[in-house]
Amino acid sequence: MDFRLTDDQRALRAGVRELLEGRFGRERLRAAVDKPAPGADPALDRALWRELGDAGFFALRLPEKDGGVGLGLPEAVLAFEEAGRALVPGPLVATHLAAGSVPGAATGETVVTRVDGELVEWLDAADCVLGGTGITAGAVPVRSVDPLTPLHRVPGGAGASGEPPEPGAALGALLTAAEQLGSAARTTEAAVHHACEREQFGRPVGAFQAVKQLCAHMLVRTEVARGAVYGAAVTGDPVEIAGAKLLADEAAVRNARDCLQVHGGTGFTWEADVHLHLKRAWVRAERWPTAGDASETLAAALL
Amino acid sequence: MDLTYTEEEQDFRARLREWLAATLPGLPPRPDPLDWPGRRAYDTGWQRRLYDAGYAGLHWPADAGGRGATPTQHLIFLEETELAGAPYVGANFVGLLHAGPTIAAEGTPRQRARWLPPVLRGDEVWCQGFSEPDAGSDLASLRTRAVRDGDAYVVTGSKIWTSHAEVADWCELLVRTEPVSAAVPKHRGITWLAMPMNAPGVTVRPLRTLTGTAEFAQMYLDEVRVPVANRVGDENDGWRVTMVTLSFERGTAFVGEVVACRRTLRRLAAAARGNGRWDDQELRRTLGRLNAEFTALWRLTQWSVSEAQHTGTAVPGNGGSVFKLRYSHARQELYDAAARVLGAGSLDLSHDWTPERLSSLSYTIAAGTSQIQQDIVAERILGLPRGR
Repeated sequence: MDFRLTDDQRALRAGVRELLEGRFGRERLRAAVDKPAPGADPALDRALWRELGDAGFFALRLPEKDGGVGLGLPEAVLAFEEAGRALVPGPLVATHLAAGSVPGAATGETVVTRVDGELVEWLDAADCVLGGTGITAGAVPVRSVDPLTPLHRVPGGAGASGEPPEPGAALGALLTAAEQLGSAARTTEAAVHHACEREQFGRPVGAFQAVKQLCAHMLVRTEVARGAVYGAAVTGDPVEIAGAKLLADEAAVRNARDCLQVHGGTGFTWEADVHLHLKRAWVRAERWPTAGDASETLAAALL
Repeated sequence: MDLTYTEEEQDFRARLREWLAATLPGLPPRPDPLDWPGRRAYDTGWQRRLYDAGYAGLHWPADAGGRGATPTQHLIFLEETELAGAPYVGANFVGLLHAGPTIAAEGTPRQRARWLPPVLRGDEVWCQGFSEPDAGSDLASLRTRAVRDGDAYVVTGSKIWTSHAEVADWCELLVRTEPVSAAVPKHRGITWLAMPMNAPGVTVRPLRTLTGTAEFAQMYLDEVRVPVANRVGDENDGWRVTMVTLSFERGTAFVGEVVACRRTLRRLAAAARGNGRWDDQELRRTLGRLNAEFTALWRLTQWSVSEAQHTGTAVPGNGGSVFKLRYSHARQELYDAAARVLGAGSLDLSHDWTPERLSSLSYTIAAGTSQIQQDIVAERILGLPRGR
């Protein structure tokens, strides 16, 4: 047993982080957030999508003979963790799941989304919709809380009953959990950075126990979620995946809230990135399985 | 990231499982918690069986009398003994998990030869003389004085919350050898001593806890003479030696318990289904959530064991605080859930989940309170500024 990152996995993680920092750094993130007129849907950056495709982001788990990278679930999880850190917008999980079955998905030429529960993300931008043939006809646009995730509501959509929306759903849940993990880690870093810089009463606010305890719990949530997500990536066990989604959702949402709290008044502004993490974490937490579905799966496994 | 066990590790597991299956059925039940001498005899007897079978001090280095097993083998040992329902380490806890590893890491060859083998054989039991009535979480404020007199330290003071003090042969004792002053900050001037519990001047008074049993004791030390040769580490360097001990306590002490919690959780689910409480959605989902918690804590354990095996570090790091913070709360949630499964039955002390629920209250206090662990995580791992 050697349950740690291999050198190749570390290199992969560093490579994806570098790629995303270069291609979708803070300036690009802010440009994407601030560019559309208020209330307008953001545009999907198709050039970025193709670059992610070229880098093997979508074809990561496809066999090499099919033009893929031939890596496994743990590597995909590391890549999605980085995407979550960087807040990359777009239906990343759906396109990754479609690689190999939808032409052009693996290379990022085709943008694929999927119906998940009552919601479908990026419907207008997508070339193809998984898991909801025909039912998107009645889809109604939603004024999405997340400025970088346009949403449509599909009454009675796939997965709305708590059942998996499609055969690949468990994989999608794990990759979503990985994104949540990356977000949770990022907001922890942001909170710690701010707590060391911001001075009040003549000292950094991070010297105050109340702030320290918020930060400590952020790290604990992140590390517990990491254990769950990495473990599920290795075993591929559906019950472990449900646990990973549950704990990673919780870590991403609660860490973003605590990060906002540590930032004080600054955290409540549009200029601070923390609300973007919180809103995206809320969106991902509504993807299958939600906390209720996941805990039922985990409970049933005890019997 | 690999969770498959090597052939060698699987062999080790198979042999251990076979031995446990052959050994455990003959064991009588563990004596009542109030019967301390009975418990000591039982726990040391189990230790002797482990020793004779070659399973004592698995994780200790070979030159300290241990087996020099890999961290993964130690993990397998803790997992399998717990799954098989083998006796708890019990009275041997301090010797095997704190004092022993500390002496192995910091003691002289002579000290190692004197104190380590009896711990492994189950011949001698240790207790921990760290906390004082006015120095609990603020351990560095301890005041028990040791004054050098020829080849001995003369120790006077009082210790509290000393587990197993009534039946211990030795005490890992922290004393102040240099008074606090402008030149000597309180973390300096502390020395780590091995004190024989039968020395004249040692008085032990059992302390009854909220569980109703006397789990630990207050200890009064009145001019107790401890040979200078019993000092582990340098004079006034006891704080550093203590940090070595505490990192063992936080790093490895709870591994087997995670396995036990996972077993308890399954029993809870079965009981809830049996008495109809499984239909309570909120309770059912709480149990499901705890399933995720303990699985994640087990994976974290495997992660840190893999890191330890790779880096070859004998001393676990501050990551133990991350684990302890979450684990201690999860354990309390587990037994609170047990009370909800039992309903009014949870008021009956004869159900084994009720004493467990009571004792779980100590988990966020013992071995460094959750508040202290939060400071450790914030300051030593996240690098936030010191302060209060």
